[in-house]
Amino acid sequence: MKRNDVYLAAAVTAAAFLLWGILHVFLSSPGQRITVTQDGKVLGTYSLTVENTLTFTDEKGGMNRLVIHGGEAYMEEADCPDKLCMLQKAISGKGESIICLPHRLVVEVTAGEEPETDAVVR
Amino acid sequence: MMWENGKKTAYMGVLLSFALILSYVESLIPFSFGVPGVKLGLANLAVVVVLYWYGWKEAVLLNVMRVLLAGFLFGNLFMVMYSLAGAVCSFLMMCALKKSGKFSVMGVSMAGGIFHNTGQAAVAVFVTKTAGIIYYLPALMAAGVVTGLLIGIAAREIMVYAGKALSHDKALQRREVQRHGKDGTKKQG
Repeated sequence: MKRNDVYLAAAVTAAAFLLWGILHVFLSSPGQRITVTQDGKVLGTYSLTVENTLTFTDEKGGMNRLVIHGGEAYMEEADCPDKLCMLQKAISGKGESIICLPHRLVVEVTAGEEPETDAVVR
Repeated sequence: MMWENGKKTAYMGVLLSFALILSYVESLIPFSFGVPGVKLGLANLAVVVVLYWYGWKEAVLLNVMRVLLAGFLFGNLFMVMYSLAGAVCSFLMMCALKKSGKFSVMGVSMAGGIFHNTGQAAVAVFVTKTAGIIYYLPALMAAGVVTGLLIGIAAREIMVYAGKALSHDKALQRREVQRHGKDGTKKQG
């Protein structure tokens, strides 16, 4: 056993713990609802389990079309200049978000799974 | 010369059988941490031994053969694909670490375990298009360290004891001399 072996084991274990921490603190359990806010005002809360297509238009006419499909939400279309929100991956885990900066629109997964569901399964 | 080549072929055959037996044993053990993709990686034992005894070319051959054979014997085409991805990642890493000369068998084997699991997770992300598989990554990495270490210790012991038993093999002996003679600058082939 060389010293480098110990370093390797320690580094990977540390990285694993770090990654685990990041994933479980910031991106924990799968969520059930998404909350859409614009300029800090809540526009609405929608269930992730219901297939849905939502269109949001701000006072300047900026449009975002959000699709809820298969328990995930993603930005299908937007007329913002950079369209970065459309490139962001579909969200389903609690705490994950899609942000359209030009339109100040934030879609965030808010509620976690109902605890009863787990109890029944177990 | 011919005699020695034949001997090498025979030993490679024995080691391939060894790898297949290990794969079979592994398929029998319902070894699971509740995380998909975590395996003991017993067959890697044979790969590590060949990598140290013969070199990377022979180890590639053994690796590909055992993934294909074990995959079709004990699994299916889908498993072969997963397995191969893990094997390629793990093998490249092991070669790199071994070549660097800064790690022992245990370190090399650990890197193999870690990258085997990471490679499989990457394929799973690609195939299922589920980025959520990243949630498994910490567990897969930690498991790779542990299983890799165990396999590394086993490989070291095997090389000590089987090395003694095979000490009449002149081809192997010459490789040993080559390896230890020129410090670090060993030649392959």
